[in-house]
Amino acid sequence: MDIVNFTPLSALIGGLLIGAAAVTLLWLNGRIAGISGIFGRVISTDQSDNAWRLLFLVGLVLGGFAWSLGGGDTSAITITAGTPELIIGGLLVGFGTQLGSGCTSGHGVCGIGRMSPRGLASTICYIMAGAIVVFAMRTMVGA
Amino acid sequence: MQQNIAGLIAGIVFGIGLSISGMVNPAKVMGFLDFFGQWDPSLALVMGGAVGVYFIGYRLVMKRASPVLADTFQVPTRNDLDSRLIGGAVLFGMGWGLSGYCPGPAITGLAFGMEQTFVFFVAMAVGVVVFKMTMGVKPSGQVGTAA
Repeated sequence: MDIVNFTPLSALIGGLLIGAAAVTLLWLNGRIAGISGIFGRVISTDQSDNAWRLLFLVGLVLGGFAWSLGGGDTSAITITAGTPELIIGGLLVGFGTQLGSGCTSGHGVCGIGRMSPRGLASTICYIMAGAIVVFAMRTMVGA
Repeated sequence: MQQNIAGLIAGIVFGIGLSISGMVNPAKVMGFLDFFGQWDPSLALVMGGAVGVYFIGYRLVMKRASPVLADTFQVPTRNDLDSRLIGGAVLFGMGWGLSGYCPGPAITGLAFGMEQTFVFFVAMAVGVVVFKMTMGVKPSGQVGTAA
């Protein structure tokens, strides 16, 4: 194993902000900052109590704008996946997060932060599955 | 109304955090998942920082009888591990590894105007809708919700 491209400071600062945002949503609204759950509800037939959810998602996009306007280096963003991988990946992420009741935010940050067995189990499984796919794509497909 | 403003502010801070951390960069995410090759451990610090803040903040906030702007806390109570949880996590992880995107960065990433991000975002939305149309009602009759 070689360690490359390690950016500990920005990673830690970003992580602290993510945690602070999730705590804010719990403190003020009493809600878990689970992005797949919030997104799933916003595009569902149940539109009750969805204004804060939609605005949270709008906020996620505005946060990206704010970062780039504030000098964030968007040119460093690199998408190596081709269109087929992005489509299949998107379908799997959308379906899988709904089936598994959460993603990196709800199960990862909030779940592990609450010491939830489900959050920890989910996080172990999606990181392992992701690592296996990355390994397989690099070694077998050569991508 | 105040809850909506709180949601917006939390989303903005979350989105800035995802951007600064490098989570919005799919190549960096795939570097984190590449344990057996050229490993970039940065995202372990993203997760560690976020979990650390939430670990402390959760305990402080839950000392309150109720949230500031709502009547009750709505926090998951289940502790059982079932096949939906594990199967869903494996499918999600496979998609994460294929694309380098999980839901939050894919939404924040829309701000950067890259066509590939929109392709992933639309496919993700289709995946959600397909789930809701096929498996959205659990065997118990309870409608599925994600945390």
